[in-house]
Amino acid sequence: MDVQLLTFIIVGASFALYIAIAIWARAGSTTDFYVAGGGVPPVLNGMATAADWMSAASFISMAGLISFMGYDGAVYLMGWTGGYVLLALCLAPYLRKFGKFTVPDFIGDRYYSQTARTVAVFCAIFVCFTYVAGQMRGVGVVFSRFLEVDIVTGVVIGMAIVFFYTVLGGMKGITYTQVAQYCVLIFAYIVPCVFISMMVTGHILPQTAFGATLADGSGMYMLEKLDNLSVELGFNEYTSGTKSTIDVFFITFALMVGTAGLPHVIVRFFTVPKVRDARKSAGWALVFIAILYTTAPALASFGRVNMIETINGKDMQGTPYAEAPTWIKNWEQTGLITFKDKNGDGKMFYAAGSIDDPASQNEVKVDRDIMVLANPEIANLPAWVIALVAAGGVAAALSTSAGLLLVISTSVSHDLLKRNFAPNITDKAELFYARLAAGVAIVIAGYFGINPPGFVAQVVAFAFGLAASSFFPAIIMGIFSKRMNDKGAISGMIAGIAFTAAYIIYFKFVNPAANVPANWWFGISPEGIGTLGMLVNFAVAYGVFKMTDEAPQEIQDLVESIRFPKGAGEASAH
Amino acid sequence: MAFKSDDDKTAYWKENLSILAKLLVVWFVVSFGCGILLVDVLDQIQFFGFKLGFWFAQQGSIYVFVVLIFVYMAKMNALDKKYGVDEE
Repeated sequence: MDVQLLTFIIVGASFALYIAIAIWARAGSTTDFYVAGGGVPPVLNGMATAADWMSAASFISMAGLISFMGYDGAVYLMGWTGGYVLLALCLAPYLRKFGKFTVPDFIGDRYYSQTARTVAVFCAIFVCFTYVAGQMRGVGVVFSRFLEVDIVTGVVIGMAIVFFYTVLGGMKGITYTQVAQYCVLIFAYIVPCVFISMMVTGHILPQTAFGATLADGSGMYMLEKLDNLSVELGFNEYTSGTKSTIDVFFITFALMVGTAGLPHVIVRFFTVPKVRDARKSAGWALVFIAILYTTAPALASFGRVNMIETINGKDMQGTPYAEAPTWIKNWEQTGLITFKDKNGDGKMFYAAGSIDDPASQNEVKVDRDIMVLANPEIANLPAWVIALVAAGGVAAALSTSAGLLLVISTSVSHDLLKRNFAPNITDKAELFYARLAAGVAIVIAGYFGINPPGFVAQVVAFAFGLAASSFFPAIIMGIFSKRMNDKGAISGMIAGIAFTAAYIIYFKFVNPAANVPANWWFGISPEGIGTLGMLVNFAVAYGVFKMTDEAPQEIQDLVESIRFPKGAGEASAH
Repeated sequence: MAFKSDDDKTAYWKENLSILAKLLVVWFVVSFGCGILLVDVLDQIQFFGFKLGFWFAQQGSIYVFVVLIFVYMAKMNALDKKYGVDEE
């Protein structure tokens, strides 16, 4: 059977499964819709959280990024997992005890302020839209490459599926669908990687294969070979980085704190029955995430060796273009690989530098995003593995979109509508508006998926920087300082966001030409500035707090009551 | 009131913070310490086919993170029991 037919069958079967689950887990009330009735078992919730968190970026792009960044790729590996430690230890159990539906709910109640709630709502909506546009795009790319339908059709199919189970099932439908999606995506990620590590080193586990000796009998370590190859071709050693230590430190910190402050991640801990389940669920989520995140660096290094050897040949003399494997030609059609025969010898050669620079030997431009998708083809794996990877990529994109769309719809129907404009609407009416908001959000996200604004990649730094400099400090102070007041928290959030946004907007949009280390403050890139924004937030909040009255007694009592588990009820609106 | 006395409440919170502080120190040391600040020093040490600093940055820290959350869970559940503030 050919690859395309197999891909149709496997992707189609996975869609049928998601729809069946959605019908089984319909939402009957707002509690079902917002927090799955608060009754999800912790291990399953951990799995759903992992699927929610691991987006098209984790599945499709991350290994590719690491493959090209070497050691520096650790910022993503540590940043996107270390945040869960902060989440599990400092946020999840307390927010669960607090027992509301959303992050703006916590901010609004804890700081007894409608302004704080509204600021939080807009941050949440902005962060989620930023993310979801990228996901829809991911669906489109997978569809267009593997099913050869155009991107528009791919995005529309993806929208229809997400629409169906988000609008029907709300959080309940999403949670159980995400469990299935996790299984699909992790299987799709691990299988090709196991095949490749067996081929390269003879080890089954990619995590150990990556530090093993090569299977070609040379007795050389895999990473040693990769270091040598990299240096020979004019790159840095793979295992040492090019970023400055301070930048790596700040980016990693911003990603960790940003992860812990992302509303669609936090809300997952409202769906479990008890505080102890929130702790457990965070642990399981990280286990399920770590399976992919410890495999990714292995995949990255194998992919890099395979790619270099395919293009340059085992003897490093270049492979004649006429004999190039079909995957190179396939990806060339999508524009993600470009070959320019600069020395006219008819052979491809990959090296450091740009293909447009006459001084560089490099003749092949390879887009980072194809690493995971092309890996099975590069390693000549069977067709069903390639089909599986396509289904995994779609599962990753769909599961994350659904989680984000839910936060958007909750923010609109619950935080904005019910809390601000129509406090007396019935549960049924609120549910209707939640579904309506989810529907509208999907259409907007789909529009951005089809017509991606050029700045999608840039705004990701924005989303993390914003979460790091606004939500995270506000929530932390709300739990660990019972006297922190509304004025301190609000001015902290505004100062943190304004500082971070100004820095990112200047370097990414206003004056991108100046975006070089020499111009950065203390050598911190826009990706890492959220860390400094967080410190600004804490400092301003503390300063303003010192000059104003402390939080009223009933709020201090509220904070004391969330500090121990006993008496945690179901999450509720009141 | 869930606690037997105000002293209990203060003591519980103090113990909670001390568990947090210890675990966060480990969190910081494995990731920012071994994986970033000390990476060049640790890279002098060979750990199977890895340079040790590189291994911490791309593998080791993640394993420690997972362990940390489960240790936290166990310690907090025990603490809740000790002060009688667990659920059920």
